[in-house]
Amino acid sequence: MKPLAITAYTLTTALGAGRAPTLEALRSERTGLRPARFLDVELPTWIGAVEGLDAAMLPALWNEHDCRNNRLAWLGLQHDSFLEAVARARGRWGAARVAVLLGTSTAGLLETELGYRRRGPAGELPEDIRYEARQNTFSVGAFVRRALELRGPTFVVSTACSSSAKVYATAARMIDASLVDAAVVGGVDSLCLTTLYGFNSLELLSPDVCRPWDAQRRGLSIGEAAAFALLERDPVDPPHAWLLGTGESNDGYHMSTPHPEGAGAIAAMRAALADAALAPAAIGYVNLHGTATPTNDASEDAAVRAVLGGDVPCSSTKGATGHTLGAAGGVEAAICVLALEHGFIPAGLHVREPDPALALPYVRANRDARLRAVLSNSFGFGGTNASLVLGAAT
Amino acid sequence: MSVARLHVSVLGVGLCGPGLASWSDARRVLRGDAPWVEAATALAPPSRLPPAERRRAGPSIRLAMAVADEAVAACGLDPSTLATVFAASGGEGSNCHALCEALAAPERLVSPTRFTNSVQNAPAGFWHIAVASHGPSTSLSAYDASFAAGLLEAAVQVIANGHPVLLVAADVPYPDPLHRLRPLPHPVGTALVLGPTTQASGASACVQLAIALESERAADATRCRDAALDALRGAVPAARALPLLEAMAAAERRCVMLDAGGGAWLRVDLEPAGA
Repeated sequence: MKPLAITAYTLTTALGAGRAPTLEALRSERTGLRPARFLDVELPTWIGAVEGLDAAMLPALWNEHDCRNNRLAWLGLQHDSFLEAVARARGRWGAARVAVLLGTSTAGLLETELGYRRRGPAGELPEDIRYEARQNTFSVGAFVRRALELRGPTFVVSTACSSSAKVYATAARMIDASLVDAAVVGGVDSLCLTTLYGFNSLELLSPDVCRPWDAQRRGLSIGEAAAFALLERDPVDPPHAWLLGTGESNDGYHMSTPHPEGAGAIAAMRAALADAALAPAAIGYVNLHGTATPTNDASEDAAVRAVLGGDVPCSSTKGATGHTLGAAGGVEAAICVLALEHGFIPAGLHVREPDPALALPYVRANRDARLRAVLSNSFGFGGTNASLVLGAAT
Repeated sequence: MSVARLHVSVLGVGLCGPGLASWSDARRVLRGDAPWVEAATALAPPSRLPPAERRRAGPSIRLAMAVADEAVAACGLDPSTLATVFAASGGEGSNCHALCEALAAPERLVSPTRFTNSVQNAPAGFWHIAVASHGPSTSLSAYDASFAAGLLEAAVQVIANGHPVLLVAADVPYPDPLHRLRPLPHPVGTALVLGPTTQASGASACVQLAIALESERAADATRCRDAALDALRGAVPAARALPLLEAMAAAERRCVMLDAGGGAWLRVDLEPAGA
């Protein structure tokens, strides 16, 4: 593909709202994960909750969209001059020539889950439940399109934990086909009961903080996040970074277990490298999907080695942010841009004893590095895989 | 600003809905040669899945696989080679309801199978497992405009990669109480195998589509010729495909306008084979 400029980006996770607190937390190897305290959930696990979300009200004009997921979207949009950058793009290209392509797995399901506790005598849901503007998969797309005053093609990709990586590929194709000149991409996923109790039912939640690449890793810590990027053709100013390539594949193997040798992941990474016209040796860092389940990390370790060899520094930043599911691809793309801009490889946290069965050079302490190109992996239920290659601005 | 037009071929079609048992059965109705008779959508267990999975497959998976199968059979391509786009307003409604009920009960005992299958890409995941396809797959929603969004994404992929793409749009009703908030009256699914215009398929009469994105409202969304069928079009997101299918059934040169939501429109110009 023709490199595509990332002219603005922002992320809000358990590490903080916006790039500055995120960078500070990553620089100091601090986690945003805490033992779960969320509503009345009693699960022995850790979560990455975004601070202040309960108080982050939407402007009254947008009341119909008001739910945890859209509050998180709105909180996320208000940092790093993202709104101003979108306004400039809207002025430059026209509102109809800017797409809105977002990923989510949860949308605003939480409000409906809680509504089921307040059902009436005939089983009916309370009147304050708003399906279209809050619960439906598309609700976050409808809200963000409205908040950003855009009129370009808008849809929400919902492929579990690869959702917000895949929207980068969709945006790149749309811009290349001259349908639009710019796209707001990213993901928003918020804590809810279905994901917490669902992953618990699969015995995939770590009772402890999640420990990717650790010999005793026992599963994931769920987080929530909003991450956004503005992709534009022909940037006026130097961009933050470039989207160089995207790759997508499907395992066609099992709904919730990755292919043991990572066949689908290998195909996605190879496609991303081919799209970027880069040799494997050009990749200076891999932000792993790294969920910290025993099988996921083993499969990804084999897959990355098959594509890039055994020398490329790798880490999973989910020990800092938690697994933000439908937002994970967007969050980790943003972390990759931070790494490119600030010249460092972020550490993978919480490794006590590296798993001897895993062979990748897993980075356990922050390292300064002038990175030219990096790769980010996102995989999910249903065997879905997406890889992004991102490059330094200059 | 020059308007980009995406030129693709339709290599295969699938359809399943109330009184629309399949694309091959429904063509006479869609041409206006036979009346539309509303009848419950028949959802057969997907023969491609192993018996245990077949029994557990919910209506979304059954519907998606039925229409995908018909379209793939018509195009004569090996399904393991096809990338896919699955468009739906939401995930499986019966799973969502069962999970919400379980989570409102004191024990909060969630079925792991229901949770796994609650992801919106579950039908896509089952399809790719069933046909052993490693091709890319995207599952997306644009609420009522999901079919238009899926058509756009699938056509853009055909142009970008030069390979055929299987588009599946399928929506299934929620049980109550969610049904009252999102009253979809019937399951409706449709599938199109789209390919580059250079690719003519042996099995199906090849229709060419020219798809353009328009921001000015040039016309209302194209309606179905039959008022009752048009009510179905208005009520189920996947049924928004029906005017396009009517035009294909009639094998006429026609322009179909699809509402892509939020002030965006898809203008689809059909060119039948040999026209």
